[in-house]
Amino acid sequence: MSEKWTITLRTYRQKEGEAPRYDDFTLDVDPDEYVLDAVERVWAFHDRSLCFRHACHHSTCGACGMRVNGVEKLTCITILRDVTQNGATLKVEPLRNFPVVSDLAVDMGDFYKKNEMVDARAVLPVIEAEIEHPSSAWNPNDAQYIRLSDCLECGMCISACPVAATTSEYLGPAPLAAAQDRGIRRNPELLNIVDSEDGLWRCHSAFECTAVCPSFVDPGRRIMDLRKQVIGAKLGQLFGK
Amino acid sequence: MNNQPSAKKFLGWFNPLGRNPGSWAFIISRITALGLTLYLFLHLIVLGRLAQGPEAYQEFLALTENPVVKIGELAVIGAVIYHGLNGIRIVLTSFGIGVTRQAQLFYASIVLAIVGTLVFTIRMFAG
Repeated sequence: MSEKWTITLRTYRQKEGEAPRYDDFTLDVDPDEYVLDAVERVWAFHDRSLCFRHACHHSTCGACGMRVNGVEKLTCITILRDVTQNGATLKVEPLRNFPVVSDLAVDMGDFYKKNEMVDARAVLPVIEAEIEHPSSAWNPNDAQYIRLSDCLECGMCISACPVAATTSEYLGPAPLAAAQDRGIRRNPELLNIVDSEDGLWRCHSAFECTAVCPSFVDPGRRIMDLRKQVIGAKLGQLFGK
Repeated sequence: MNNQPSAKKFLGWFNPLGRNPGSWAFIISRITALGLTLYLFLHLIVLGRLAQGPEAYQEFLALTENPVVKIGELAVIGAVIYHGLNGIRIVLTSFGIGVTRQAQLFYASIVLAIVGTLVFTIRMFAG
């Protein structure tokens, strides 16, 4: 028989034109359920007007990113036991640095546009993918095989980034990581996009993007690598290479 | 507009709740930067006393024997050491060196700043 907990889900609520507030919902949950299950239970049994984004329920679509007790989490893979305890209050809020559309749902439009600016890859040849411990070495013929890009476009890196909190013009961790993935040498048109006022030099190295990324993209490391790529390209231009 | 400065954004930079070592480094770096900027102005004001003659300067120097001022000086020493070391950490990681060890580099900066401040504390109060 599964364990039962009673928790209070403190949920951010904000509809168009309304001031934000928090609604508390008392829920009986299995502690090994996910945070998204609790949010869905509120919608199913307590308040059908609760608005939130979700789709795949297995960390592939990136739709259900929220702040759980103040920290960005992909709620479909965040187990209740890991973030709360029996009798406690669990706070769920929308991602930061995005306009709130309704309750827990935010407008990701600008973020997607920035990813399009750098032509972020949805899929890539396996031989170019950063895969930990591949079962065997790739050979050039394996280029025919492709895999999904690691980035889920969940926007949690943007939410956690202190610079994105300062300016909406900042390109942001995921688009910069996508630019690094495409490479300045192979795609020189990216140079002017990332080497700009609101580009990679605006990063202040807080590395929150890497800390909250649910998909091991490691945007912080990629931004630093992109800096090396940009410096290399600039030096190349300087010396006419 | 979200790209305009605001007090809320400014204060948001200093909220450590739910944050990670990279952000703690970011926050402390900004606090020490503000402190050192303030100190720079105070320092220039003190040097300005020289223009008023040796008596005025000596009068001010007598203030430095005050324990509160000494603690302030120790805070400046700690801020200088941390801010300098964190600057080196930022330079290294910006060139791709030690990126995956940035948290450990932050901890090392903190430890060295504490040790350095303790050394100066002993010298200042024992001497």
